[in-house]
Amino acid sequence: MGDVIIAGIGQIPVGEHWDLPLHTLSTRAALAAIKDSGGLRPQAMYIGNFAASILSHQANLGALLTDHAGLTGIEAYTVEAAGASGAAALRVGYLAVRSGFVESALVVGVEKWTDRIGPDLEAAAALAEDYDYEAMTGLTPAGQAGLLMQRYLHEYGAPRLAFAAFPLLAHANAVNNPYAMYRKAIRPEVYENAEPVSDPLNMFDSAPYADGAAAVLLARTSGLPEGYAHPRVRISGSSVAVDTLALHDRPDPLAFEAAARSTQSACRQAGILPADVDFFELSDTFSIFAALSLEAAGFARRGEGWKLAQDGSLALGGKLPILTMGGHKARGNPIGAAGVYQIVEAVLQLRGQAGANQVKNARRALVQSLGGPAATAVTHVLERV
Amino acid sequence: MEIPRHWRLKKQRYALIGEVCPYCDGKIFPPRDVCPHCGGEARNVYPFSGKGTVYSYTVMQDAPAGYESQAPYTVALVKLEEGPVVTAQLTDLGEQAVEIGMPVEMVTRKLREDGGAKGMLIYGYKFRPVGLGPH
Repeated sequence: MGDVIIAGIGQIPVGEHWDLPLHTLSTRAALAAIKDSGGLRPQAMYIGNFAASILSHQANLGALLTDHAGLTGIEAYTVEAAGASGAAALRVGYLAVRSGFVESALVVGVEKWTDRIGPDLEAAAALAEDYDYEAMTGLTPAGQAGLLMQRYLHEYGAPRLAFAAFPLLAHANAVNNPYAMYRKAIRPEVYENAEPVSDPLNMFDSAPYADGAAAVLLARTSGLPEGYAHPRVRISGSSVAVDTLALHDRPDPLAFEAAARSTQSACRQAGILPADVDFFELSDTFSIFAALSLEAAGFARRGEGWKLAQDGSLALGGKLPILTMGGHKARGNPIGAAGVYQIVEAVLQLRGQAGANQVKNARRALVQSLGGPAATAVTHVLERV
Repeated sequence: MEIPRHWRLKKQRYALIGEVCPYCDGKIFPPRDVCPHCGGEARNVYPFSGKGTVYSYTVMQDAPAGYESQAPYTVALVKLEEGPVVTAQLTDLGEQAVEIGMPVEMVTRKLREDGGAKGMLIYGYKFRPVGLGPH
């Protein structure tokens, strides 16, 4: 059994692509990944997508997106796990290539979000919740995050403004990412004066939903083209874990247990401890998620995840850099595609291609995507060979 | 409109009808096929009292489709006195500030409309501070 190598990566800028349809977003990322791999031809395409069936009136994306990418005839279908859809598609691609049933697999995350506005989009985002018992109350994912943050502040006495550190870091790191939606650092006053979204959560605690597509091409070492141009990055751990769908069904909603279990499992496969990674691409869908993910992975004690963000530990030159290319907050959050963006960004770091944001001597990455408030958690360990 | 869907949820929405597990005596809301506490088959009806306390809450500003006219509104996790936690809007708050731990009780209110002006009104549970008198 050979290593599974991320042979090619591709992404398009995250943003409001009113001029581009779903299939063009996907095709551009897919072709970029194929080109980056040195021209490998994929035998399968696994698609991470969340909302095309309601926002684009389009299902059956395997047929649509292979057709437009000039890949008609290969195995292709969608994998859905809300905000972790792209990462779950990577998991499927990894299993396919690792098993030997598929020689090379293209994993595309794509989301077409901005064809609608306002309430329609809030309702679409709420698809990730329990419809009968959460969404029917008018709760959205931002509301779930508000509930978590309120409880966190109550239980641990964390200072409300401490959460500013996460979006400030994300925005600072996005300045040098040409694919990011917001390439502008923000000042603490901007955070402090931001409009409430779901109190105590404000606008800058929430990553902006957007359009985007990113792709990776997986192959075994033996399948790489001659003269392969990049340092090899392999997947050394891959794990999906789930929790109850509804937040209210969890004994301890602040625990993010699925994130903890998938981190432990992915690290065990890689033969490492979480502390052995050089950086952590976590999901800052909401700032409170960043704190809870750091705690779930064991980087901070319960109730202290916010503290790590206060002293530079999580910055590019710190002990555990996170959100190295801007995270969901500043790169933008194309929900079903976000997980593949995270992988592309980690590969850039591990290849030494991250430009001004290069994490020094980055050899090993932990990458985690969350569907809902860690109802699904998908964690991968990537390593430079 | 989703008439069967709303119809089959009426006992839960109007009366907080859940279950009690015959094996472990765990209280279950909403009803399930498998007891979340012990894994046994759940099937015995159990009406909840509708009394609870606020476990957490948030004020929603950006409402999803169907809820725009209600914004801003408060959604809470309410810990029922029998154990389970439910998500519900808080209502009848007036000037009262919401706090974690605040005692609340179930009332029946309109949740939203389904199908516009000629559609269906969907009623269900919300919670209000205790001590406000008759529902």
